[in-house]
Amino acid sequence: MHPILGTVLQRILLGVVTLFFVSLIIFSAIEFLPGDFTQAVLGQAATEETVAAFRKELGLDQPAPVRYMEWIQAVMSGDLGTSFSGRNASGIDRSRSVVDLIEPRLWNTLFLAAMAAIVAVPLALFLGITAALYRNSVYDRVVNASTLTTISFPEFFVAYILILFMSQLWFDFPAIASVNAETPFWERVYKCILPALTMTLVIVAHMMRMTRAAIINLLASPYIEMARLKGISKSQVILRHALPNAWAPIATVIAFNLAYLVVGVVVVEVVFVYPGIGQLMVNSVTTRDIPVVQACALIFAATYIILNLIADIIGIVTNPRLLHPR
Amino acid sequence: MMSTDNNDTKNTGSADENGQKGDILLEMRDVHIDGFSDEKWHHIVKGVDLTLRRGEVMGLIGESGAGKSTLGLAAMGFAQPGCKIVSGTIKFDGMELTKASENEKRALWGSRIAYVAQSAAASFNPAHRLIDQTVESTVNSGIRSLEEAQADARTLYASLQLPDAENIGDRYPHQVSGGQLQRMMTAMAMSSRPDLIIFDEPTTALDVTTQVEVLVAMRDIVERFNTAAIYITHDLAVVAQMADFIKVLRYGNEVEEAETRQMLTAPKEEYTKSLWSVRALTKPEETSDDVVIEIKNVDAAYGGSVKVLHDINIKLPRGRTVAVVGESGSGKSTTARVITGLLPPMTGEVQFNGEVLPKALKDRSKDQLQRIQMIYQMADTAMNPRHTIAEIIGRPLEFYHDLSGKAKQDRILELLHLIELDQTFYDRIPSELSGGQKQRVCIARALAAEPDVIICDEVTSALDQIVQEGILQLLLRLQRELGISYLFITHDIATVQAISDEIVVMYQGAVVEQGLKSEIMSPPYPEYTQLLLKSVPEMDPDWLTNLVDDRL
Repeated sequence: MHPILGTVLQRILLGVVTLFFVSLIIFSAIEFLPGDFTQAVLGQAATEETVAAFRKELGLDQPAPVRYMEWIQAVMSGDLGTSFSGRNASGIDRSRSVVDLIEPRLWNTLFLAAMAAIVAVPLALFLGITAALYRNSVYDRVVNASTLTTISFPEFFVAYILILFMSQLWFDFPAIASVNAETPFWERVYKCILPALTMTLVIVAHMMRMTRAAIINLLASPYIEMARLKGISKSQVILRHALPNAWAPIATVIAFNLAYLVVGVVVVEVVFVYPGIGQLMVNSVTTRDIPVVQACALIFAATYIILNLIADIIGIVTNPRLLHPR
Repeated sequence: MMSTDNNDTKNTGSADENGQKGDILLEMRDVHIDGFSDEKWHHIVKGVDLTLRRGEVMGLIGESGAGKSTLGLAAMGFAQPGCKIVSGTIKFDGMELTKASENEKRALWGSRIAYVAQSAAASFNPAHRLIDQTVESTVNSGIRSLEEAQADARTLYASLQLPDAENIGDRYPHQVSGGQLQRMMTAMAMSSRPDLIIFDEPTTALDVTTQVEVLVAMRDIVERFNTAAIYITHDLAVVAQMADFIKVLRYGNEVEEAETRQMLTAPKEEYTKSLWSVRALTKPEETSDDVVIEIKNVDAAYGGSVKVLHDINIKLPRGRTVAVVGESGSGKSTTARVITGLLPPMTGEVQFNGEVLPKALKDRSKDQLQRIQMIYQMADTAMNPRHTIAEIIGRPLEFYHDLSGKAKQDRILELLHLIELDQTFYDRIPSELSGGQKQRVCIARALAAEPDVIICDEVTSALDQIVQEGILQLLLRLQRELGISYLFITHDIATVQAISDEIVVMYQGAVVEQGLKSEIMSPPYPEYTQLLLKSVPEMDPDWLTNLVDDRL
């Protein structure tokens, strides 16, 4: 077996262990949430017996460790539980499974994230590499200043500015990204242009600056000076000699930003009324819909862990010392 | 020796189609180069002239800071970041490099002028296969097609005595040894059959045994293709083997230039003579039966698996110096780590004044720690760059001797005096000191503990020869005055001559022999000791030639 496979398997295993600890943290954090779902649903008027019966039905009367074990077992078999919402004091049960609730929203979020990523990642790499190539030039300064400007504004502000110019004054892009399962692909793309653009503007600066820094960091190394003394052109020095050694830090920062695209965009979703998973989680917290909150938190954690895992693996396979051991 | 009149047969190079041997290839006139550091411009090279003809090898020697590397790069029309060529003319084959555009110069680099750097390990790109890097400029500049250049590279590898020349190019830099990489870099420089190669301290980072092979390979190939070369080094014995004539630089000025033999036998300037005399430092050997440290049957391994020391037995007599010699990877520094407790041995023991020392550092008493001190090769990294000299020396005074206030201050000044630095150093930080001064501070820090034993791990290897001599004399004086015992780890035989009473030869993690200096340095030798001693370059320009003849 190639030794690198062992390293990768080890990282994956570590990822699973991390996820396990995260599930513990999520569960305990929700235990500490003030208030109680039963009271939130049944209201102050409910008698103690009704509350107790309701709690029993939801399994809330069990001690926390037991509930954790049940939850984690169910999750491992793909069952995220049943949402608490849809029930009320009248006893009519219109609750839906968490999977049914989350699935369409998760796809929406991933769709928007993918759209932003497809624009933002190549753009950031291009800007970062060219800025490194022409560092300290006017071009470098303009790129730096403009990306820093966009990252310095809060997302909602960028979003509203975009709506003002792109949807009201100059163009006619939709300011509200209302999609549902039936929306055709290109219409969906069209409706998502402004939120995707907002997110692009927010994440490009970080990736671009790290790409630039990672490359410039390498430019001081002896093998880059050697490449120059071999008469290699400036662009080849960067593309052929610096970039292949810079993938590990670049991959890390890209992973970080992609994760942000999935888990950190609730504000953007709210502004554009986009039915993503972020909004679902916020709503579920206010209604104490514990199974949904737990599931969302777990998905967010898994997103972070998987993306960082991929960045880690890219770092390993682009390192010739690991890929081609002695 | 690169005599110009004995290489009449092997001239198969393509470089001299447009020029005859003996034609002037490079002409530098009144070159001034400035460098920017500490917020201001300094003169690095102050008006040096240099003339190099086709097929000639010029040795450029001097201490660090003499401007030799800067001048070597300027011969390519290149100024390192933070440097600029201020004035003067640099004519390469009729082309004025100081006025040439970046693109014009780039067209020369890698095709007509090549560069061989000091650290091959750092100068090869870790991400690409060696053969791709070897032929890169040759193919880029259209001198040869990829296939031709690769076939040629394999031939070059073979003529540079690289093992498995057919396939070694498919490896990555980290997969071959330092000596192989250095030859690989010579092959890379040679790939385009340049007119001129700049060798910038190409063997400084190598062991003596490896250095010999690399020197032979480089000399043969330069001779074969009749390439002109500038060979930059601070090692006189090495330059004596390589160069037709030698130019000595100091503080950016030329001291003198002469044909190699003449320079070696009859140097004109005082400074050159002083360079030559450094190697004359020797110490009469003394012995003692009073053993202060004894290493008994020590085996040690890193990570519990890779065994690096095998049954080591070394005795260190009180008030004497034992030099531990051997090439890198022979276990010298690991032995030091075992003695200091940084690496607990698997089996065996270390005795100090007849008592067994606890294996691990954390089990040792403050008193035991105080009595064994260590000085490292890189004085730079062994000191906290944010601490003042007083803090650095004061720390062991507080820790071991509970000194504070005036007492501590007095003792620090006393120690500064002992290492021949004055009190103005008290409040400075390490970056304001020269390499030799930093190493002196490290010595003072070790002395502050008032140890019985100091382990010196390659303490002079990073220093120029003249500075080295100063440090060695200081160490000898301290030994006479304070009766300290040294375990002196080095790969430099000249240093061993200068300082040791006894010698331990190590090879591949085992002790080859231990004995008095005079015994070890005279026959009969074990095989490895002989190889080691014979590999040390001598100040005789025929040394390398004779050595090669002996081997055949």
